[in-house]
Order: sequence, then structure tokens, then C-alpha cells
Amino acid sequence: MLGDKRREGVGWRNPAVWAAWLVLAFLSAPSLIVLPLSFSDDTVLRFPPHAWSSRWYVAFFASMEWREAATRSLLVATATTLVAMPVGVATALALRNRSGRWENVVRIAVLSPIFVPGVLFGVAVLFLYAQLRLNNTLLGLVLAHSAVALPFVTVLMEAGAAQLDRSLEVAAASLGASPLRVIATVTLPLLRPSILSAALFAFLASFDEIALAYFISSGEYATLPRRMFSALRDSIDPTIAVVSSLLIVITSALIMLTFVVGIGQRRTRQTGLER
Amino acid sequence: MTSLTSSPHLRATRRMIQIRILACAPALTLVAFVLIAPVGWLSWLSVRDSSGFTFRNYSRMLVNSGYASSLETTLEVAALVTVLSVVLAYPVALLLARLRGWQARLVLAIVLLPLWTSLLVRTFAWLVLLQRHGLINSTLLTLGIIDAPLALVNNLTGTVIGMTHVMTPFVVLPVTAALQAMDPLLYQAAQSLGANRWRAFWGVVFPLSLSGVVSGVTLVFVMSLGFYVMPSFLGGGSLRMWSNRIQTNIEVYPDWGAASALGVVLLLVTAVVLTLSGRVMALVLVRGAADARG
Repeated sequence: MLGDKRREGVGWRNPAVWAAWLVLAFLSAPSLIVLPLSFSDDTVLRFPPHAWSSRWYVAFFASMEWREAATRSLLVATATTLVAMPVGVATALALRNRSGRWENVVRIAVLSPIFVPGVLFGVAVLFLYAQLRLNNTLLGLVLAHSAVALPFVTVLMEAGAAQLDRSLEVAAASLGASPLRVIATVTLPLLRPSILSAALFAFLASFDEIALAYFISSGEYATLPRRMFSALRDSIDPTIAVVSSLLIVITSALIMLTFVVGIGQRRTRQTGLER
Repeated sequence: MTSLTSSPHLRATRRMIQIRILACAPALTLVAFVLIAPVGWLSWLSVRDSSGFTFRNYSRMLVNSGYASSLETTLEVAALVTVLSVVLAYPVALLLARLRGWQARLVLAIVLLPLWTSLLVRTFAWLVLLQRHGLINSTLLTLGIIDAPLALVNNLTGTVIGMTHVMTPFVVLPVTAALQAMDPLLYQAAQSLGANRWRAFWGVVFPLSLSGVVSGVTLVFVMSLGFYVMPSFLGGGSLRMWSNRIQTNIEVYPDWGAASALGVVLLLVTAVVLTLSGRVMALVLVRGAADARG
């Protein structure tokens, strides 16, 4: 009966429900127009297209510049995930369930990449890398992107760890396992779903990153988003719709993967909330 | 006796603390290296020139009225985007909090879709939709609502539309969480005591969701302040956000001090907003607790 009462407000007679679906249409419209746009036969971008073809896909795969940018982004995002995951997981486990003064200072420091304005972060990294000659290098990009991914990993892992049943770890410890052994053999295996979604977020955070990449990657060292930035500025041709569609498909595939692994629903909700 | 038992225990505790410090060290080093140190260094450079201390970079902002208007535009855009995001997000959060099962998952996926779509893809899509002969203008023309195409892009309108699209999910999520945490019996109690739907909403549901609204508002406002990629496309040349000034200053001025000073101002504004919202949050929590009790 309680359930029925709660569902009362979901009906179509409620104007708030109509408003909600209109907003949902607004939210999904941009992602939805991109796919048909990429199969346009026009040379200018208009929606809906006048004729259909796959010529812009051919153009994309024939372009060395786009292919190199895509490869570079995949490489940087993979390396970033490999750096940010151990660093973030270690921090999350150290901070876990503690909110003393020092823990909070560490937390603020680790989360600061989210709160520092993107443009200032970008200029700061550009300045640092200009002194160290790290601009347009793989190492520079991976370090900067790891700092961007770190808050997501830490927050997700902390939230996951907070939900764990501590009694299993206490049991292991009381049977004589050292703290590190408990973490390796009990805590981390239990946290596998969180680890997977944190890794996905770290990967996407880097793969999609532009605020820093705008300053520290350019020319032949451009990442995919950086290349798209230039393409949008120079000439908007339908190739960019192809790149956009591929990005949407790849991202959706990655996210479906986490759904398929069976942790999707709960994790995604958590993920979203923590962001 | 006590010392015999507590000494190994103490040693173990101390060892755990050492392990925990060691575990945080890589993260702190990374953030200190790429973010805290260079931002600190830039802040230092913003008050230095060849002859020592100077406030030249800051006084320049006061003398040149362009900076004042730019700061005003930035705050205006951030405020507009924040208000619109809350207005758009609230009904979605209400729906999401009440749905169950696959319907809830579908709505959640639609909310998260923009977050999973690259920022540049979204910028591009809005450029196409909003352009002079884009879908929105042609639809409005066909329907006879307007006689001539509206200027929807390369200005404030386009920037606000695009940024609202980016920010709305960040409000939906915390508000949904707050609504889900609410006891549905409270709403029914208000109704059974004679409040109509409208009054029950404003008297019970909305106040109890305020903590979520404040989280969303803070996040959106702060993120909007530092946004530069989307405004530089959807705002065209006509909209000068503070962040776009920083972006161009880097290219125009030979020294780092000028751009750094702008960055320091942006950072200070952000810090003030975060601090204020921390206070607001505490107030809201106290109020919420008081209301629930009395």
C-alpha cells in the first residue's frame, strides 16, 4: 500500500511529470542528433541531413591526423588509469571512515583538482611544464590527467569501502593476517565492483579531458579532444560528427560493459552522486 | 603489567599510522606537483616584477573597465546557469526519486547521458542545433512562432543553453538523493492534515530537499566560473567570460603575471563561494533537523 501511494505522483496527469520528460528530451537531444548527422551526405552541417552516405566515415579513417589523435588519447587514458588507480585506491583506504582534521586536509588536497577552476589549472600546468620541458609529452599529459582522475577514483573507492562489512576484515585480522595482507586478500577482492567503476571513470576523465589538454598538447601531439577543439574552431565539417558518434558509441559500450558485469545500477547511481 | 600489554599495541598503532601516511603520499605528491606548486608559484609571480613587489597586475583590472564588465558577465552567466539548472533538474529529480526498477534505470541513464558524452561533442551538437538555419530556428519558423531566425548562438543565450545542458545532471543527482532519503510518510501526513499538493510540496518536500539543492547549486556555480571551452565556441567573440580573458591573456601578454592575477581572482571568488556554501549547508542541516523534530 505504501508502494502504491509513492507511485501516485508518477502519473501522466501530473504536470511535473510532463516537465520532467521535456527536460529529459532536452538532455538527450544533442547526443541523439549526432549519430544521424554523421551519416550525412552534405558538405555543410544541417539537421536533418538532405541525403545519406558514409563518406565522412571514410574521410575520418583515411585521415592520419584523426587516427593519430585517437591513438594518442587511448594511450594517455590507459596510462592515466594505470597511474591514478593505485594512487587513488591507496589514498581511499588510508582515509576510509575517518574524518579527523588531518584526514580532511588530505581529502581537500586530493579533491582540489575538481574545485580549482579548469582554466587556472590549465595555465598552472602550462607554466610548470614550460619550465620542465614537459609540454607536448606523453609523461606530462599522463601526470596532469592522473591528477584530474584522482578525485573520482578516491571518492568512488571511499564510498565503496564505507559500505563494506567490516566483520570480514576483522575476522581475517583476528586469525593473524597482517593489515596489508587483509587489504590484499580480503578488502580489495570485496571492492572489485568499485575498482571497476573507478577505473572506468579514470579512463573517461582522461579520454574526454580538454581544459588542460588545450594548453599542454598541440600540433602533432594533440589528443582527440584537442584535435576536435581545433577542428571546431577552423571549419565545422561532418568529419567531426563522425568523431563524435564514435566517441558516443565507445563510451556507451564501456558503460554497458559495467552494466553487463552486473554492478551497473547500484554503482552508476553512486558514481553519479559522488561526482 | 599495563606497559607490557600496551607497548606492542602502541607499536602496532604507530605502524598503522605510518602505513596510512605512506599510502597518501603518492596522491599528495602528485597534486602538489601539478596543481598546488604551480598555482602557488603563479600567485607569487602575479605580485612580482623586475623591481620587486607590485600590484600593477591587479590595479590594471580596476583601471580597465573591460575587466569589471567581464567579471560581471561571468557572474551573470554562472548565476543564470545555476538557476536554470535547478529549475530544470527539480522535476526530473522528483520523477527519478519515485520511479522503481527499469523505469528508474532508464531515466537515470538519460540524465547521465550528457555526462558520458564528450564536452566537445555536446558543444558541437549545440552549434548545429542553434545555428541560424539550425533545427530550432527552422522549427520555430515553420510553426510560424517567429518571422526571422533568432540569434541563438555566438552570444549569451547560446552559452547559457549549452552550459545549462552540461550542468543540469549535477543538480539532478544530489536532489534525487535528498528526495530518496526523505520519509514519504511526511508528504502523506501533510496531505492528510489538509495540505493540498502544492502546499505539501513547498511546506514539506522542498525544504527537506534543500541540502541536495545546495550541493547542486554550489557545484554548478563553481564549475561555471571556470568554464572556458564551451563559452569560447557558443559565446563566439561577443561574450567575454573571465576564463576566456585568462585564456587570451596567455597568448597576448609576454609575462605570466598578468594572466596569473586573473587566475588568482577567479580562485578567490571560487573559495568565497565554497566557504559561504559550507556555512549555508550547515545552516540548512540545522534547520532541517529542527523542522523534522518540531
